Amino acid sequence: MASAFEYAPAPESRAVVDIKPSYGLFIDGEFTDAADGQVFKTVSPSTEEVLSEVARAGAEDVDRAVAAARKAFEKWSALPGAERAKYLFRIARLVQERSRELAVLETLDNGKPIKETRDVDLPLVAAHFFYYAGWADKLDHAGYGANPRPLGVAGQVIPWNFPLLMLAWKIAPALATGNTVVLKPAETTPLSALFFADICRQAGLPKGVVNILPGYGDVGAALVGHEGIDKVAFTGSTAVGKEIARTVAGTRKKLTLELGGKGANIVFDDAPIDQAVEGIVSGIFFNQGQVCCAGSRLLVQESIQDELLDALKRRLTTLRLGDPLDKNTDIGAINSAEQLARITALADTGEAEGAERWSPACELPSAGYWFAPTLFTNVTQAHTVARDEIFGPVLSVLSFRTPDEAVAKANNSQYGLSAGIWTEKGSRMLAVANKLRAGVVWANTFNKFDPTSPFGGYKESGFGREGGRHGLEAYLDV
Amino acid sequence: MSESSRLSVLKTYKLYVGGKFPRSESGRVYEVTDHKGTWLANVPLSSRKDARDAVVAARKAFGGWSGATAYNRGQVLYRVAEMLEGRRNQFAHEVAHAEGLSKSAAAAQVEAAVDRWVWYAGWTDKIGQVVGGGNPVAGPFFNLSTPEPTGVVAIVAPQESSFLGLVSVIAPVIATGNTAVVIASERSPLPALALGEVLATSDLPGGVVNVLSGKAAELGAPLAAHQDVNALDLTGAGPELAKELEIAAADNLKRVLRPGPADADFTADPGTHRLTAFLETKTVWHPTGSLGASGTAY
Amino acid sequence: MPTTANAFADVTASDSTLRRFLHGLPGVDPVGLEARAASLGTRSIKTTAKAYAIDLAISMIDLTTLEGADTPGKVRALAAKAVNPDPTDRTTPRTAAVCVYPDMVATAKAGLAGTDVKVASVATAFPAGRAALDVKLADVRDAVAAGADEIDMVIDRGAFLAGHYLKVHEEITAVKEASGAARLKVIFETGELSTYDNIRRASWLGMLGGADFIKTSTGKVAVNATPANTLLMLEAVRDFRAQTGIQIGVKPAGGIRSTKDAIKFLVLVNETAGADWLDNHWFRFGASSLLNDLLMQRQKLATGRYSGPDYVTVD
Repeated sequence: MASAFEYAPAPESRAVVDIKPSYGLFIDGEFTDAADGQVFKTVSPSTEEVLSEVARAGAEDVDRAVAAARKAFEKWSALPGAERAKYLFRIARLVQERSRELAVLETLDNGKPIKETRDVDLPLVAAHFFYYAGWADKLDHAGYGANPRPLGVAGQVIPWNFPLLMLAWKIAPALATGNTVVLKPAETTPLSALFFADICRQAGLPKGVVNILPGYGDVGAALVGHEGIDKVAFTGSTAVGKEIARTVAGTRKKLTLELGGKGANIVFDDAPIDQAVEGIVSGIFFNQGQVCCAGSRLLVQESIQDELLDALKRRLTTLRLGDPLDKNTDIGAINSAEQLARITALADTGEAEGAERWSPACELPSAGYWFAPTLFTNVTQAHTVARDEIFGPVLSVLSFRTPDEAVAKANNSQYGLSAGIWTEKGSRMLAVANKLRAGVVWANTFNKFDPTSPFGGYKESGFGREGGRHGLEAYLDV
Repeated sequence: MSESSRLSVLKTYKLYVGGKFPRSESGRVYEVTDHKGTWLANVPLSSRKDARDAVVAARKAFGGWSGATAYNRGQVLYRVAEMLEGRRNQFAHEVAHAEGLSKSAAAAQVEAAVDRWVWYAGWTDKIGQVVGGGNPVAGPFFNLSTPEPTGVVAIVAPQESSFLGLVSVIAPVIATGNTAVVIASERSPLPALALGEVLATSDLPGGVVNVLSGKAAELGAPLAAHQDVNALDLTGAGPELAKELEIAAADNLKRVLRPGPADADFTADPGTHRLTAFLETKTVWHPTGSLGASGTAY
Repeated sequence: MPTTANAFADVTASDSTLRRFLHGLPGVDPVGLEARAASLGTRSIKTTAKAYAIDLAISMIDLTTLEGADTPGKVRALAAKAVNPDPTDRTTPRTAAVCVYPDMVATAKAGLAGTDVKVASVATAFPAGRAALDVKLADVRDAVAAGADEIDMVIDRGAFLAGHYLKVHEEITAVKEASGAARLKVIFETGELSTYDNIRRASWLGMLGGADFIKTSTGKVAVNATPANTLLMLEAVRDFRAQTGIQIGVKPAGGIRSTKDAIKFLVLVNETAGADWLDNHWFRFGASSLLNDLLMQRQKLATGRYSGPDYVTVD
C-alpha cells in the first residue's frame, strides 16, 4: 500500500492586505461616519474573528448619498464617453494591480476559498470594468438609438456571495452609461466595496459618482424607496426582489432584479461522464453552493444513475474543506451563522421528508460556519430540497427517463435562472436548450461567466440582464 | 323600398377566447354607445372567470405559437393585414363610431393599423438577429444569446385609440411568440371584438390572442395577480390602476410595461421597445475544442 | 483473481464488437478535461508534501535514453545515475528503471546488476511501429532475452486510425505473450491519435490486450505527455479497476522536465486514480532531464539554498 500524499498547508499570505480597525461610509468622495453614529462588526466566517468595525448607514445617510450622486450626475453624464471610459479603464487596471490584496480580503470577509477569489472573482471583476469601459464612448452603436441617455442616480443593492464581482456587475455598466451610483453592499461582506472606494480615489474618479453605504436591509429599503433615485438594481433573494418590485411600482424607477434559482443540471446517458461529474461539482460546490445560478438539482437519466452517483461520490471524497486562505482548499466557509442555520434547516427538512442524505467523510473546523458537501438522493419534485433554493453545498438528485421528462422537471420550478445539459449529441443539446425556461444554459459546462455574456433570469429569478450589450439597457433611458 | 328604410341586421358582439366566440360566463353585458351616446351594442361584461379562461387558452397556445418558426409567425401576421385590408370600411366605420372621428380620420387610423401589422410581420424573423447574437467570451466556448418570448402577456389596451392603439399593443406581443389576453378599451370595445373575428380567419392559432371586453380594473386585478401570467402591458391603465396592478404583478415577478409618454401618439414610429419588452434573453454556452498546439484538444 | 480475458471475451471477439465497445465508451469533452487538469495543476505542494513528492517522483522515473547515438558508455553512465542519482546525498531514492533500445539492454542490465532498478526496453520497431508483426515480436524477444524487465511497445497507430481495432488488439496480445514475465507498457503515441476520444479508446484497447502499463508517448513526436492526456488515462485505469479488479499502471513520457511539472502529474494521480497508484509499480515518468531538476529541488529543500546545475551530475 502506498503512503498517502498529504498536502502540507499552503496558506496565502494575509500580509498583503491591511484591514483597518474601522471604516466609514463612502459619500461624496469622503469616508464619513453614519449620521446616527451606528456601527457594525464584520467577521471572518471561517474563524469568527472580527475583521473590522464598519459604519452602519441609515436613512439620513441615504439622503446624503443620493444628494451627492445627484450633484455628481450632471457633470458625470455630460462628460464625453471617451473620458468616462478612461476612468473605467483606470479602475480595471487598479483592480488588476491590487487583485491579490483584494482576493485575500474577499476570502477573509466572505469565507470562500482563495483559489476562487484569485482565479474567478478578481479576474472577472477586472474584466467587467474593462468590458464596460469600452462601451462608454460607443453607446450610439449599442442598438438603443442615437445618443441614448443615462437614467440618473442608480440605487444598487448587492449580495454577499460575490461581493466585489456583484459590485462590478452593478457599477461598471452604470458608470459607463453616465449614471452615478449609491451602492449598498451586504452586511456580512462590506469590506471589498470599501476597498473599492479607495480604488475610486486612486483612479481620481470625481467625487459623488460612486457612493458606498454599508448596512443592513433597512438601509437597502430606504435606498430603493428613495425619491431621488431613477434606477434600482438588486441582486439577492426572490422574496426581497418582490418587495422591491412592489416598492417601485407606479414610480419612474427602472428596475432590474437578479434573484434566486434552483438550476437543473441534466445529465443524459451519453454524457461525457467525467466532465459531467466535474460540472456537477462546480455547479453546486463552487462558492459552497451560495450561487444563485447553482446547479442545485441534478437530473440524471435513470439508466446511468448508479454509475454517475458512484463517480460523483468518489469525486466528492477528494474535495478539500478548510481554511479558505489555503491555496488547496476547495470548499470554504458558509458566509454567516444565519445562512448556515438556513442550510442546516433545509437539509434537515430533506432528511425528514425521506430523502437519503450522504456526505463524504469530512472534518469540519471547530470555529466558523461550515457545512459539509451534501447529496440527497431519492428526491422527487415534491421534496422541499427539490423546490426551495438552499443556497448552500447541498445537491438534490432526481432521475428522469426521457428528454421530455427531463425538460418538464427542469422547468417545473418558480425559478428560471440557469440550467445545465450534458450530452454528446448536438441536436439533443440544442433541442433541450431551446425548451428550457432559463436565462443561462450551460451545455457540457457549468458556472461559466464572462462580461460579454448576458446573465439573468426567467420567471421568479428576476428580470433584466447583466453583462454584454444587453446589460447597458438597464442603465439607459430606452 | 329605399336603402335607408331597410332594417339592418345587428351583430351580437362576443368575446374571442381560445379561437372561439363565447359570451361572458357571467351572462353580463354592458351598453356601448358611440361618441354621441347612441346605443351601438350590448357587449359582454367579462368576469374574473372569463379572464381565467382566457389565460388557460393563452397558456395552451403558447407552446405551439412560440415554437412556430419566426417565418411562420410573420406569415400569419401578414395574413392578418391582408384580412384587415379587405375590411377597412367596416373597421373605419367601427372606429369612427367608437372614437367620434370623421370618416377620413377613422380610415387613416385603420390604414395605419393595417400597416402596423405589416411592420410587425416583418419583425418576427429579424428581432432575434437585432437583439441576440454571439458573445465573444474569453475562453473556449461558443456563446449565443437569443431572445425568447416571455409567455402569456396580459394587455390593458389603450382606452382612447380603440383600434390603432389596440393593434399597436397586440401585434408586437405576438410577433415575438408570446400569447396575449387583451382587455379591450372599456368604452370602445367594438373594434377589438371585431378584430377577434379577423384574427379567427387569419391562420392565427386559437388562443394566441384572447379579447375580453369589460372593466379594466375588474379584469386587470385577477390577471395581474394570476400566477400563470408572465407579463403585463399597462398601456391602457391609468396611473392609479397601473400602480395597483404593478404591485399585484410583483407576486410572481411579471414583466411590466408601464404606460409611458410615447403611448399618446400611436401614429408615431413604434420602434422596437414593445417587441423587446416581452422577450427574455437566453444565453447558451457550449465548449469548443481548441485547435491549439496540444494537437489533442478535440 | 479476475482476468481481462474472461471479463471482456465478448468485447474482443471481433472487429465489430470491439468497435462497438470502444465507441460506446463515454465521450470526452476536451475543454472540460483540460480545465480539470489545469485546475489540479494549481494545487500548491509545499514543504513536507513537496519533499515527499520529489522523492516519489525520483523513484518513479524511467531514466531514458533513446538516441541513435546511444553507446555502451552512455548507457553505463545512465545506469550509474539511476542507482545513485545524487552522489552527495545517499538518501536519494533510486529511479525505477532505465529505459533503452533492445540492443542496449544487456549493457544496462550489467550496469544495474545487484540493484532493484529495472531495465525497460522499447521494442516493436519503436518509435514508428511500422514493421511486420514478426519483426516486432523478434524485437521484443531480443530485449527479453537480453534481460529486459519491462517492454515498452508502440501500438500501430495507422491500424488504430483506420479503425482496425482488432488488429491493434491482436498485436498487443501477441507482444504480451512474447514479453513473458516482463511487464508490458503499451505506448499509444497520443499526439498522433489526435483526439481525446481516441486516447480513451486506445487506453481501453491497451488494457483489454493485457497491458501492465499504458503509456502516453514515445517522446519522438511534437506533443507527448500532457496533464490532460495523462488525466484521461488515469481515469481509464481507475475505471478499469473498478470494473475488473485489475490495476494497471500509467506512464506519461516526454516533455516532463521540471519538478513543478512532475508534482502536477502526481497530484493528478492522487486525485484521479488515487493513492494506490502513488508507487513506482503503478506510475512512471518517462524522462531524462527531469531527474536533475528534481535533484536540485531536493537539495534546495535540504539546505534552504537554491542549487545550480553544477551541483548535479551531467551524464
